[in-house]
Amino acid sequence: MEIIIPILTLGFLGLIFGVGLAIASKRFAVQADPRLEKIHGLLPGSNCGACGGAGCFGFAEAILSGKLKIDACRVANDAAKEKIAEVLGRKLVKGLKSVAVLRCNGGKKVKDRFIYQGIEDCVAANLVLGGQKECVFGCLGFGDCEKVCPFGAITMSEEKLPVIIANKCKACNKCVQICPKKLFSLVPLAQNVYVACSSHDLGKDTKAVCPVGCIACRLCEKACKVDAIHVIDNLAVIDYNKCTSCGECVKVCPVKCIVIR
Amino acid sequence: MNATQFLTIFISAVFIYNVILSRFLGLCSFVAISKETKPALAMSLSVMFVTTMASIITWFIYRFLLIPFGLTYLRTISFILVIATFVQFVEMVIRKISPPMYRFFGIYLPLITVNCAVLGVAVLNVDMFFMNGKAIPGSFYYSLFQGICVGLGYTLAMLLMSGIRERLDLCNVPEAVKDFPLAFIIASIMSLSFLGFNGFKF
Repeated sequence: MEIIIPILTLGFLGLIFGVGLAIASKRFAVQADPRLEKIHGLLPGSNCGACGGAGCFGFAEAILSGKLKIDACRVANDAAKEKIAEVLGRKLVKGLKSVAVLRCNGGKKVKDRFIYQGIEDCVAANLVLGGQKECVFGCLGFGDCEKVCPFGAITMSEEKLPVIIANKCKACNKCVQICPKKLFSLVPLAQNVYVACSSHDLGKDTKAVCPVGCIACRLCEKACKVDAIHVIDNLAVIDYNKCTSCGECVKVCPVKCIVIR
Repeated sequence: MNATQFLTIFISAVFIYNVILSRFLGLCSFVAISKETKPALAMSLSVMFVTTMASIITWFIYRFLLIPFGLTYLRTISFILVIATFVQFVEMVIRKISPPMYRFFGIYLPLITVNCAVLGVAVLNVDMFFMNGKAIPGSFYYSLFQGICVGLGYTLAMLLMSGIRERLDLCNVPEAVKDFPLAFIIASIMSLSFLGFNGFKF
């Protein structure tokens, strides 16, 4: 008896509450839009947040209410997007596909200023006097970008530099945000030429620490036929609205910091 | 049952034994939702509602179910059962009646279920207002009142904290202690100052 009464009492309580909740959930059921589940099923489910929604379900809600465009999803392929557009009865508006590029080519070619023995992490290393590298603009090489990439599109090379695998990259912007040196940028897939340096130091100072840094010689400016590349603040910058990817600047660059991907 | 008893409960629940700053219950939501005053107030009100209702229901369960069967040792599990069910129910109702409110609370509404402040009130009521397995005269009203007062104490702490943190947003704070570390430091200093109320003896 000593054990049966407590069991019965608790069981009874649980039963009452269970039935009560079951009834309540029927009474207070909320009608969800059936399209919501359908759209959510079509989305990739990586919950990367690149679209600006809170995960894939949040994104499904946002496109249903018209807050975000279907094309804001960087992961889903075109076929899935077409299907979502079909569910919504809308037309798919396509944007430009981009891929991340690393604007640094230093890696092991740049020496260390001091021996860094802290946490193996770019953000942490950057807090110590701006990192251990001679070049304060360059890649620190601890691979935060590799860790943060949800698609495995970034791997660290022998040179201690991140390598981006273009067909895996979904331009989710995560590496752009995490890099303490702001070395990543998203470049349209159609454009092949980019400047692999971010140093705003004078040409002489850059040359002293890095063999592949932009020395602001302006040869690229002169070589460019469409006026698309300019040296701004000691660094060559490409205007992708004008660039035709002809590769003339790549040929003339004396330090080979302008590269074709 | 007299007025002084109610006053004592009020002062001790809100100030002397403030649920957050002296008893250290329900700290999760205290740190997480105290960034802005408005959500903090909404959270406090819902906690107050749940503590009050939980006080009522647990009193009935304790008085009419656990004591007659001599099962007072089952109070924790049965109280948790009550609270969990009740919060679930409240969540459903809010979702039906006011979707903006529901989205606004997000994860924190279900989190009230495991907010130990709620269970704390229920257990406290049982400890204070039941003597030798019997309810003291007026214990139902005391329990109800204590439920409200603990909710008030929670509200007070939340509002103080959110007020401070809102102002701190405008200050130049060292990078290393921004956000949560600073919140913990503030909470400890507030707790120290609430210790001063311990001088009041009724």
